[in-house]
Amino acid sequence: MSYQEKRSILNMISTLLISGIYFWYIFRGDPTAGMSSDELLYFWGKSILILIPVTIVAKIIIAIVFAVGNTVATREKIPSTDERDKLIELKSLRNSRYMFGLGFILAMVALSMNMSVNVMFVVIVLAGVVSEIVENASQLYFYRKGI
Amino acid sequence: MAKHQISNNIRKLRFNQDEMTQQQLGDMVGVSRQTIVAIEKGKYSPTLELAFRIAHVFNLPLHEVFSYNPEDDH
Repeated sequence: MSYQEKRSILNMISTLLISGIYFWYIFRGDPTAGMSSDELLYFWGKSILILIPVTIVAKIIIAIVFAVGNTVATREKIPSTDERDKLIELKSLRNSRYMFGLGFILAMVALSMNMSVNVMFVVIVLAGVVSEIVENASQLYFYRKGI
Repeated sequence: MAKHQISNNIRKLRFNQDEMTQQQLGDMVGVSRQTIVAIEKGKYSPTLELAFRIAHVFNLPLHEVFSYNPEDDH
């Protein structure tokens, strides 16, 4: 398995773990119970704003540990990014954007059906996580099957 | 994935060039070993620029390294 394939699998796992642990931590004890719409907007805005730096820092740490671990285990230097990597990245990002766009539309549908703001944000966050999984799964597919 | 219409004989050319490794060729043309592997297996069609760089390494014209098979279009 190539370095890029291992990295895609690791990114999928870390996305699931980071988001899962973060939202489990945020939602333990049902903090949104009894909140008004304004309070819910404040809660979600804060939660998502904190998630962004948490995800970035966690992913940087995981990437460094993986790069060092892989170099030590395989004694191969980390391959530099070339034209094929960039093309795969672009195609995967396109798939990811389609997925997030679909999630955003679903969130708007939820709002138009008079569902709570909570549902809209849950759908948007899930779309974000799923789109990232789709991006990494696409990378894995293109690296394995060709482009 | 659709079958690529571009084939190549890089593997044979490497062998004839003092058994040049994929890593060595990759370093000479500025791509990773994995990309050379993908090109040899027909899993990736290189850009025109990279194709010219590879042909330049073997001192051959482009058409002697890569070939296009139009019958695979259909």
